[in-house]
Amino acid sequence: MKSVFKLAAAALATTAITSTAALADGHALSGDLVIFSDMSNPAPRAVMEGMVERFGALHPDLNIELTVIDREAYKTQIRNFLTADAPDVANWYAANRMRPFVDAGLFMDISDLWAEDDFANLESTRGAMTLDGAQFGVPYTYYQWGVYYREDIFNELGLTEPTTWDQEVANCQVIVDSGRACYAIGSKFLWTAGGWFDYINMRTNGYDFHASLLAGNESWTSDEVRETFANWRQLIDMGGFLENHQSYSWQEALPFVVEGEATAYLIGNFAVQPLREAGLTDAQLDFYQFPAISADVPLAEDAPTDTFHIPSGAQNVEAAKEFLRFVVSAENQTMINAGDALGQLPIHAGASVDADEFLEQGFEMLSSNSPGGVAQFFDRDAPAEMASIAMEGLQEFMVFPDNLEDILARLEDARGSVY
Amino acid sequence: MFPRPIEKSSPAWRSGYQALLPLALIMWLLPLLAVAMFSIKPDADFTTGNYWTWPSYFAGFENYGTVFGTWTRTVDGCVGNLWPLVFNDDAFCLFGFGWDYDGSDMVRYMFNSIMITIPTVIGVVILSSMTGFALGVYKFKSNLWIFFMFVAGNFVPFQILMVPVRDLTLDLGLYNTKMGLVLFHIAFQTGFATLFMRNFIRALPFELIEAARVEGVAEWRIYWFVVLPLLKPALAAMAVLIFTFIWNDFFWAVVLTQGAESQPVTAGITSFNAQFRAAYHLMSAGSIVAALPPVAMFFLMQKHFIAGLTLGAVK
Amino acid sequence: MTDLSTQSHSPTKRGWYKRHEIALTPWLFLLPGFLFFAVYVIFPIAQSFNVSLYAWDGLDRPIYAAVEGAEITDAECTALGPRARGNPGCAETGEFASTAEYIGLENYQELLGDRNFEISLWNNLKWLVLYLLAIPMGLFIALFLNQTVFGIRLYKSLFFFPFVISQVVVGLVFSWFYLPDAGLLDSFLQWLGFDGLNVLGNPDYATYGIIAAGLWPQTAYCMILYLTGLNAVDPEQVEAARLDGAKGWKMLWYVIIPQLKPATFIAFVVTIIGALRSFDLISIMTNGGPFGSTRVLSFYMFEKALSEYGFRMGYGAAIAVVLFLIMLVFIAYFLWSMYRDERGY
Repeated sequence: MKSVFKLAAAALATTAITSTAALADGHALSGDLVIFSDMSNPAPRAVMEGMVERFGALHPDLNIELTVIDREAYKTQIRNFLTADAPDVANWYAANRMRPFVDAGLFMDISDLWAEDDFANLESTRGAMTLDGAQFGVPYTYYQWGVYYREDIFNELGLTEPTTWDQEVANCQVIVDSGRACYAIGSKFLWTAGGWFDYINMRTNGYDFHASLLAGNESWTSDEVRETFANWRQLIDMGGFLENHQSYSWQEALPFVVEGEATAYLIGNFAVQPLREAGLTDAQLDFYQFPAISADVPLAEDAPTDTFHIPSGAQNVEAAKEFLRFVVSAENQTMINAGDALGQLPIHAGASVDADEFLEQGFEMLSSNSPGGVAQFFDRDAPAEMASIAMEGLQEFMVFPDNLEDILARLEDARGSVY
Repeated sequence: MFPRPIEKSSPAWRSGYQALLPLALIMWLLPLLAVAMFSIKPDADFTTGNYWTWPSYFAGFENYGTVFGTWTRTVDGCVGNLWPLVFNDDAFCLFGFGWDYDGSDMVRYMFNSIMITIPTVIGVVILSSMTGFALGVYKFKSNLWIFFMFVAGNFVPFQILMVPVRDLTLDLGLYNTKMGLVLFHIAFQTGFATLFMRNFIRALPFELIEAARVEGVAEWRIYWFVVLPLLKPALAAMAVLIFTFIWNDFFWAVVLTQGAESQPVTAGITSFNAQFRAAYHLMSAGSIVAALPPVAMFFLMQKHFIAGLTLGAVK
Repeated sequence: MTDLSTQSHSPTKRGWYKRHEIALTPWLFLLPGFLFFAVYVIFPIAQSFNVSLYAWDGLDRPIYAAVEGAEITDAECTALGPRARGNPGCAETGEFASTAEYIGLENYQELLGDRNFEISLWNNLKWLVLYLLAIPMGLFIALFLNQTVFGIRLYKSLFFFPFVISQVVVGLVFSWFYLPDAGLLDSFLQWLGFDGLNVLGNPDYATYGIIAAGLWPQTAYCMILYLTGLNAVDPEQVEAARLDGAKGWKMLWYVIIPQLKPATFIAFVVTIIGALRSFDLISIMTNGGPFGSTRVLSFYMFEKALSEYGFRMGYGAAIAVVLFLIMLVFIAYFLWSMYRDERGY
């Protein structure tokens, strides 16, 4: 199965190469191409530099200037450089996170690129890149969220991966009885609680309701939302979550998984690397898809997508567009998402996934077992101000579930003023 | 003297006091001593949950070694650098000699702190000795009001300056540069330093200046040859104080800079913490390294430091 | 013109500058410092008032103009926003316009109903009141250390030590001290047989936990002010009071403390300023949490204006203005007492 897939990928990759080469012959790119990137951690940085090098080799007359900016710093700096000193290509995120820049006219409409043939292979993320009917960027990587758990502890307790909510709750009871927490979570910086809400709400009420809630079209005091919180509360009341999680960052909660004081962690694939570094082997660590809650609700997943955009102030638009074509090509996406590079998932349908236990499971899950849809993440789908107020409420709920009425009233109030 | 000198009390009181002193000190510095101990404990002590036991072995060299990273001589990294002192992603270069470094960014943050703090101190000393001279020596109508403006500005909750100063720094193209921070710090500290200098100059014998004027000495020469030499102790006290304030600044570092190329150590230590997750031994070692320069400054210049802090407290 | 008239009054042929030297020199000396201060401190205060009347997310919008002969107008091009680039009738002007929108006092109106603003205000009050404890605590330690035994100078400087360390490090140290289970405080409580206490994770205690951390360096500061003040206490008065039979509390209250008034004044001023500026400790220890319960105005305004989910510049500026007005009460008091002092010169 996999070899067939790889063959197909290789074939596609070849066509991608030839097509780029043909283009390059057609009208050679020249001048400067300025790229600002937020891929500042060591592995992403190497990936970014590698991409620039390979793209440069294809276009020898093009002078590429790459500036890598600290990932956190980038979030503020982009607001400055898009107006003051716009590059030709810049990193950012999909969905609502790009809305302020699109609304201010700072990202270029690149719907023409999306009309090209190769972009049909990116269909899965077209929605996340679309605002007001036009596309404003291209994806280069994404990663799955899901439950990372201690396989060895599950075996010891005689548990199996749950697929329904009842199994999930029953499992958790066994784990709690063994003196452990079911889930590690560090909610000091709030967003991890957003992940929990995403999943329970998408499983309880479905993707469409969830998307519409975060877009401000549903009430936070509705019965649907209350049901989500009631389901969540089951786990809270039985002591399923790590105690004092409001005091930890997501990284500070990792040691509890490593030491076996918590058996699982609902988190993104980026947690795998630190868990491995802390000494967990692939035999100890495994992954399962968040179980179904309501049987008639199709499964939907969180898979945040990272992207490239062309600022409106770009000087060398032609080269920038060519770079985006290069970035999304199957060959490039296979290469940059490999386990020894980003260690994430490629978006191009023709790209292949690296032979890594977690990447393969994630790819399988997202490509064939997520019929409900793919969400970006709580704080990317909701507007920033709503996200920050809401996530604070979610954290409070996890600590004081009895405050729910107050919290929901507050969120409903915020919905009235934010949107 | 109050309270009654201990040597006039009974011997029991005296030895009781002598015994109480170190105990009280240990209690007072307990949180700090704990961190110092953390910084020499090996990683294994934390994974086994022995946070508060004696280190199972001395791991100070490993921990501090990780904070400072490894340094090797390089030649290539510095070719083409025109400045005598450069510290970038590739290497640390001093007059053409270069070192490659590997490991945490702590050393770069420390370097940034130095490159921010020292120019600020020099700038403040120059500006405030001038403003202090003007306000302390000359009598003119708006003297007191200008002085009050400096004082009031110094007490403003500086958060109110945040949005406009950030915009201004952006417009000047100095956002995320050490220079942007230095210029702001100089301006803001000038308020405090003017208060300090003006009061000190007021207390100088005015006859000296009068005498110089009678001899026809130009005013700027009075500043340079008469007043400035007398200001030396005050300038030293102020310099030490400003050094500490600027080194310890966190708020403006967060507002005006980002990333290892310009952030000082106070802001950098938070990203250092993110890098080392829950590695308490390394975070402790990093914190201690970050705290060291002002502490050293304080112990070396203690007399000046305290004189500076308490100027005006006692009249 | 003026030169001519003044020259006629002047008996000697000195230059204009020379004749006005004494009047001009202070201005020349003030100029650089004043300029810096005006540009970076005075003017921004006024600007903050102005920004607080706008809704602004800190972004600028590119302006497009219609190409000559095109059917489209300039305004239509700009209205197209990001799609203007694809329209052959539009061209960039290279200029940007602010997206700020004047909304009058709306930001302030919103503050009135903002629950988080209310929490911040209350916390600021807690900070103001509890931070003042540093003054009696500092006095207590100063009295304890005001002896002349062997090594006392070293003790004094070690007691002062916490003030020299940056608040960032103090915040880290105290957050480890408060760590649930693993922290020293929790270990101690459990050793005594009490339940563990997650100080910073509990909305009822977290602010007090942070204030306690802030009191540590602030007490050291007040201590050093009082130690210097005690040095200047008039020994004759103390002796005279002793002869009158005053001792202990009475002596402290009626003889010593009145003489320490200048030190108390400075301690009061620096403590109030420190309390209102508190930002570092909150940002390091709890980041405003749990669920926003440890915010103060200075932190909340940073969050609203510059944090990842913020960028409401106008709203942040409005919070800053409120903070400034609170501080103004104290600044006015301080300037007034300085003014009295100066008049006494």
